[in-house]
Amino acid sequence: MSSTATRSASSRTGSLLWPILGLAALLAGNWIFSPGFFHLEMRDGHVYGTLIDILNQGAKVMLLSLGMTLVIATGGVDLSVGSVMAIAGAVAASAVSRGLMPFGLVVAMSLALSALAGLMNGCLVVYARLQPIIATLILMVAGRGAAMLITDGQILTFENPAFVFLGNGHFLALPFTITLVVLALALTGWAMRRTALGLFLESIGDNERAARFCGVETSRVKLFVYAFSGACAGLAGLVAASNIKAADSSRVGEMLELDAILAVVVGGTTLTGGRFSLIGSILGALIIQTLTTTLYNLGLPPAVAPVPKAIVILAVCLLQSPQFRESMSWKSSQPKASG
Amino acid sequence: MTAMPSDPSPLLEMRNISKGFRGVQALDEVQLSVRSGSIHALMGENGAGKSTLIKVLNGIYAPDSGSIRVAGRAIHPQSPRDAEAQGISTVFQEINLIPTLSVADNILLERQPRRWGWIRQSECYRRAKVALQRIGLSIDVRQPLNHYSLAVQQLVAIARALDVDAKLLVLDEPTSSLDEREVASLFRVLEELKAQGLGILWVTHFLDQVYAISDTLTVLRNGRGVGEFSTQSFPRACLVGAMLGREIQESSSTTLPSVGAHETRAPILELRGIGKTGMLRSMDLQLHPGEVHGLAGLLGSGRTETAHLTFGVARPDTGTLCWQGKERSPFSSPREAMQHGLAFCSEDRKAEGILPHLSVRENLILAMQANRGPLRLMPRQEQDALAAHYIQALKIKTPSAETPIQNLSGGNQQKVLLARWLAIQPKVILLDEPTRGIDVGAKSEVEKLIRSLRDQGMAVLLISSDLEEIVRTCERLSVMRDRKKIAQLHGPEVQVASILRAMSHHDE
Repeated sequence: MSSTATRSASSRTGSLLWPILGLAALLAGNWIFSPGFFHLEMRDGHVYGTLIDILNQGAKVMLLSLGMTLVIATGGVDLSVGSVMAIAGAVAASAVSRGLMPFGLVVAMSLALSALAGLMNGCLVVYARLQPIIATLILMVAGRGAAMLITDGQILTFENPAFVFLGNGHFLALPFTITLVVLALALTGWAMRRTALGLFLESIGDNERAARFCGVETSRVKLFVYAFSGACAGLAGLVAASNIKAADSSRVGEMLELDAILAVVVGGTTLTGGRFSLIGSILGALIIQTLTTTLYNLGLPPAVAPVPKAIVILAVCLLQSPQFRESMSWKSSQPKASG
Repeated sequence: MTAMPSDPSPLLEMRNISKGFRGVQALDEVQLSVRSGSIHALMGENGAGKSTLIKVLNGIYAPDSGSIRVAGRAIHPQSPRDAEAQGISTVFQEINLIPTLSVADNILLERQPRRWGWIRQSECYRRAKVALQRIGLSIDVRQPLNHYSLAVQQLVAIARALDVDAKLLVLDEPTSSLDEREVASLFRVLEELKAQGLGILWVTHFLDQVYAISDTLTVLRNGRGVGEFSTQSFPRACLVGAMLGREIQESSSTTLPSVGAHETRAPILELRGIGKTGMLRSMDLQLHPGEVHGLAGLLGSGRTETAHLTFGVARPDTGTLCWQGKERSPFSSPREAMQHGLAFCSEDRKAEGILPHLSVRENLILAMQANRGPLRLMPRQEQDALAAHYIQALKIKTPSAETPIQNLSGGNQQKVLLARWLAIQPKVILLDEPTRGIDVGAKSEVEKLIRSLRDQGMAVLLISSDLEEIVRTCERLSVMRDRKKIAQLHGPEVQVASILRAMSHHDE
């Protein structure tokens, strides 16, 4: 009994092992094949380099993956995050271009609206009892349309310096987006471990019926995670709009929901719910971004890039699967199967 | 009580069937035979091996040893479809139909008459109608299946099973979700099919129904055949005894629990006419502080349903609760029940109890934490102390408090779940089969724990199939049968023999 216990205890702490190894392998490959990869330089008091680019460009998926992790921990999924990004960008850009309110209020309003959109997802899951994948698919399709309505189908550009700073500015010599991710991660992690929310999420994902029998308010907790995922998507949407100084409702956040889900899965949180790791998801997002950047550096056409990306992600996911690892070691230790 | 002489060539003959799963002998040299033109009931408590035997018959499991003969010919079914081809058609407990397809499609799925690869719809409808007529059902076969009641769906499943020229129809608990009228119409169909010369094997646990319709019956217990009997000459009391593995005795030597002290004390929780269609008929129950109240009855008699309706897992259609002397509507959720001081330890440890991947500590504190709400997290030190306390107090064998609960043995998992509920210091605790599937040592410890809870003044409802355990632990006891309470015993009346008598007593 003690051996199985230590094994599973180590597999829990070791759940970060595989994403770390995956990231390390990617970085090592780059170290060998692309010389300038680790080169950093200071210009105008800011640090520049490929590594910084990865952190900066991966910020959106990292932000999305925080909310997505919590949703997936309850056994759900949120496909609407890309569209919520578009809504948040459109709302903020149109508010800023009208110049009616201070930027702080614009941010608060966009995030509140995004959380509200997420809450609608939650209501469909909790009260209408729709499958999460269907419930959030509705907003995924409809949300982009709503964003287009807000911007009148135009690409809405803006010059507001505070808004531009959000996605392009520097803080402590690094892109401000990195600060944003660190803050969001710290805040989320703190909320999960300093309150009982983390425990409730994991209990719902692990056995929802048992959790309900224990008096956990499963409906409320689920409403919260979808709203939170919406808010994370809203923040990512503001960053995305700021990056290009425009709200491009038809293109922003496209396919990013899939990257976010992948980041969570690569980070060691299983799609069936239960135990989750926020750090794992951040690592997963970094793996995806590093891979994208690497392929770009290798000169692969963007249209082809998803193929090697898929292969690497498949490898990381297989390595995480205890069944797969077991079956591999089983084959090597028992060459002949007896009938 | 004597075994029936077996017919020279029964329709179905299963001989010496054994099947083991990883060291657990699910079936041990079991015999079963069914004659043409008769209804044969297969009876047994949970874990007796009924479903395994049906699965062997259907080729879902291959038996380790033994033979199956249909009309004298040995068969080795590889799958339910293969069994169908041999004339054995089974309607499983969960109806294996597709609710959104039409009735006709459901009856003929994969067998639709075709021409050049295209399904001939009108021919389908005609054949489906004929199949339904055979069981006396005339409904619009073009309607989707879920348009009809569960009883009709059940009949459609039977029609489908018969459409393959079945010689033997196997019904796995066909009546568990039907009401009385629906059961009666199902029985008419079965009688009709019997008259047509079909053999019917019927898995059930409803005693009244067995006596209403079956000709012969086989009792299984713990994977072994107890025997085959002719229903009419086999008294109910003997049947109950055979299922539970006890002889009916006139007197019992067990010690009598003390009685009297609590007689005058007001009940803390009272059920008044609590009921819900398909779950429980009007139920009255009084739980007193400092008393263990037993709930005895066979599987499906409504014991678990009573606990569910009390704890707010399901909402009763009728009846009210009386909590600490005040009448109120039934609890609407487990959370509400908990906040009033109720705890419920489910019989289904896996589906309703443990959070398998979470640690012993997390499993243990979850109910208490849920009571505190999400924002007031119990300090980690307090959690550790609580876990350590209960691990020691209940002698939970675990490498550490951080071990995932799924790594523990059943008995230790059960102790963690009990600790979970004790931690919230409930006034009333509902224990559904707290000692099922755990080893003897753990069992006696759990029983001791129950008695100490009583001594601390808690009101305990103990649901158990183990009559000895009920007699050992309870001052008062309600006996249930067919979803209603049929007797209440207390004090000196709480004896195995009197429980068995009450369980098998026929009120006609």
